[in-house]
Amino acid sequence: MSTVADASPLYLRRTPARTLPPPTRRAAPIDWVRRNLLSSPANIIATLVCLVFITWIVPPLVRFLLIDATWSGSDRTACLASATNPNPGACWAFVRAWLSFFIYGFYPVAERWRVDLFFIALAFGVVWLLWLSAPRRDIGAVYFFIVLPVVSSMLLRGFPPIGLASVSTTLWGGVLVTIVVATVGMVASLPFGILLALGRRSTMPMVKILSVTFIEFVRGVPLITVLFMASVMLPLFVPERFAPDKLVRAYIGVALFASAYMAEVVRGGLAAIPRGQYEAAQALGLGYWRMMALVILPQALRVTLPNIVNTFVGLFKDTSLVFIVGIFDFLRTIEAARGDQTWASPVTSLTGYVFAALFYFVFCYGMSRYARRIEARLRRRAAVKER
Amino acid sequence: MTDFARSSRWYGRRIGWFALQAGLLVVVGGLAYGAVVNASQNLARANIPTGFGFWNNTAGFDISQTLIDYSPSTSTFGRAFWVGLVNTLLVSGLGIVLATVIGFAIGLARLSRNWLMSRLASSYVELVRNVPLLLQILFWYNAVLKSLPELRGSVVLPGHALLNNRGLFLPRPQFGSDFIAVLAVTVAGIVATLILRQWARQRQIRTGARLPVFWPAVGMIVAVLLAVFAVAGFPLSFNLPEMGRFNVRGGIEILPEFAALLLALAIYTAAFIAEVVRAGVLAVPHGQTEAAQALGLRSSMALRLIIVPQAMRVIVPPLTSQYLNLIKNSSLAVAIGYPDLVQVFDGSVLNITGQAVQVVAITMAVYLVISLVTSLLMNIYGRATGVVER
Repeated sequence: MSTVADASPLYLRRTPARTLPPPTRRAAPIDWVRRNLLSSPANIIATLVCLVFITWIVPPLVRFLLIDATWSGSDRTACLASATNPNPGACWAFVRAWLSFFIYGFYPVAERWRVDLFFIALAFGVVWLLWLSAPRRDIGAVYFFIVLPVVSSMLLRGFPPIGLASVSTTLWGGVLVTIVVATVGMVASLPFGILLALGRRSTMPMVKILSVTFIEFVRGVPLITVLFMASVMLPLFVPERFAPDKLVRAYIGVALFASAYMAEVVRGGLAAIPRGQYEAAQALGLGYWRMMALVILPQALRVTLPNIVNTFVGLFKDTSLVFIVGIFDFLRTIEAARGDQTWASPVTSLTGYVFAALFYFVFCYGMSRYARRIEARLRRRAAVKER
Repeated sequence: MTDFARSSRWYGRRIGWFALQAGLLVVVGGLAYGAVVNASQNLARANIPTGFGFWNNTAGFDISQTLIDYSPSTSTFGRAFWVGLVNTLLVSGLGIVLATVIGFAIGLARLSRNWLMSRLASSYVELVRNVPLLLQILFWYNAVLKSLPELRGSVVLPGHALLNNRGLFLPRPQFGSDFIAVLAVTVAGIVATLILRQWARQRQIRTGARLPVFWPAVGMIVAVLLAVFAVAGFPLSFNLPEMGRFNVRGGIEILPEFAALLLALAIYTAAFIAEVVRAGVLAVPHGQTEAAQALGLRSSMALRLIIVPQAMRVIVPPLTSQYLNLIKNSSLAVAIGYPDLVQVFDGSVLNITGQAVQVVAITMAVYLVISLVTSLLMNIYGRATGVVER
């Protein structure tokens, strides 16, 4: 305390207070451990159980996938138990040997650049649509929903007038088919899903009944039966010469199925739009279609975008079912390669499945992470609006 | 109609309204008509009979798992349908029980305050949800169960069960004639417990005092059961599976196809159920816990009386739709040859009879009925448990 020289009140400080160092962070590592892992006896036991579980599961997994794995070789002998590797891990050499089959199936080797081009064109369209601050996303939508399907169909099937030899769809396979079926499902399900959702909310009884029947019917049965219907019943329902090829039948089945699920997702988005938006649009003199296209749908689709992406994740996983109606998709190529005698070893099947799981996981996890980011972003916006 | 209505735009729109619907009806009806005409022509050309007459014809193919009597030489396609349906219901029923148990455990683990545990649980959910179910079924079947030892090297599990690449063989319980008494006592115990519970609840509403129900119930069901069981001289024996030269004799045979499907369905659906449970618990506001504490409820009672009932109201509807998904997904049995409804009917019967339209329609109808009945029950549940706002 300093002595007071003048008449000012005692409680006034005369010299500036000493600057203190910032407080030590509460979230020091040891503090964090104590709070999150050891806060109570039960918590300590839980931590121990988890640690035991992790040490039981992780080291063997790492050893199988990486340390003991066989990375190169030309046939099964590389992946069998030997003196140098008594406990062989994953046979990645097998995946390397079959990789081009997994990607392209039986697509002619000389024409595989077309498939690569398709993948690039598709990736471009997907990024354009999903990157929310990309320029001119309306053109992106036209590209994705109109240009891409036409161009890639010409590219992949072949279009003799411009010198692209035709390639029968029976030769398609692997990742190509999985991606194509998933893309067809996505491109078809969104517009049909929107129409069905609008139909379900329509005041016209006929439209409403038809939409509800279709949606509930498809959602009530397993995808396999829809695929069976498309592959064995559809050819009966059209005149014999119009019978679509096997792959197209699978497209139709997947598209029907995905549309019904998409319709419910879009309906959720429509329900989230306040009535005032409809009334305001009507007050401006907009008719039904212009109201929907210019006011309601842009908002509804934005709100429900995370759910749309999650539906795509489900659709992407479901494409593996086309395998059952005899389409050579990615999973089917794994099954075919697994049975190859040149690579027969105790670890071949397991390696094939791990590789397939990795492929699906990367795509699905990526998409669901994206959906979650959009969701968080929408929530932040809503919070800002309320303030 | 007044002149005003006739002249207004409203009237014009009214005409459009009818025209659109009539047009839609014509298009849909036309498509349906075309489909029927084409189908009958195509079927006639391929010499495939129409109608459901095949239902009573002899099936002539074998089914690997039959819970009801079935023999390939005498049973009909109709009988095969019931065998398939029972198999579907068996794998779905057990799958639902297993998925619920795993799902609730994982869901609660995700909410754990222990960082490691919630992390492990969410890794499980992410890993399982993002890999197709079909791949998981194939993995369990081909990579795990089919790589078990052969018959010769069967693993003998505790309790005389045998495990090899042909399946799991468990002791088959054989009930003596007095076992009916044990069953009757058990049923009586359960009924008495229900009555006690009802009475305890009414008494609590009247007087506020809570009666213990759990321990009396244990006494009435388990203790009395054991007592009667002992008095009757243990009317239960086991037929143990024995290793023969070419196969296993006796016991209950659990097919690897069944086990793989059950495991995959339970593990896959559990990941979704875990998310449902987590969302349900998080949906109960924290104020409810605090209010319960303020009223002096112990934390176990607060959980049982305040949190769980409110969380369940949020959990049950999406939980049911996960159950429905499980039932529908059980149709993936066809990929590994477990004889469920789709494998038996859309597989074998379709191949033999060629009557695609009828066969696929029947299978779809079964799943539709299950779905519709479930959503009906859900609506009733929703109405019964909806919050009554005052």
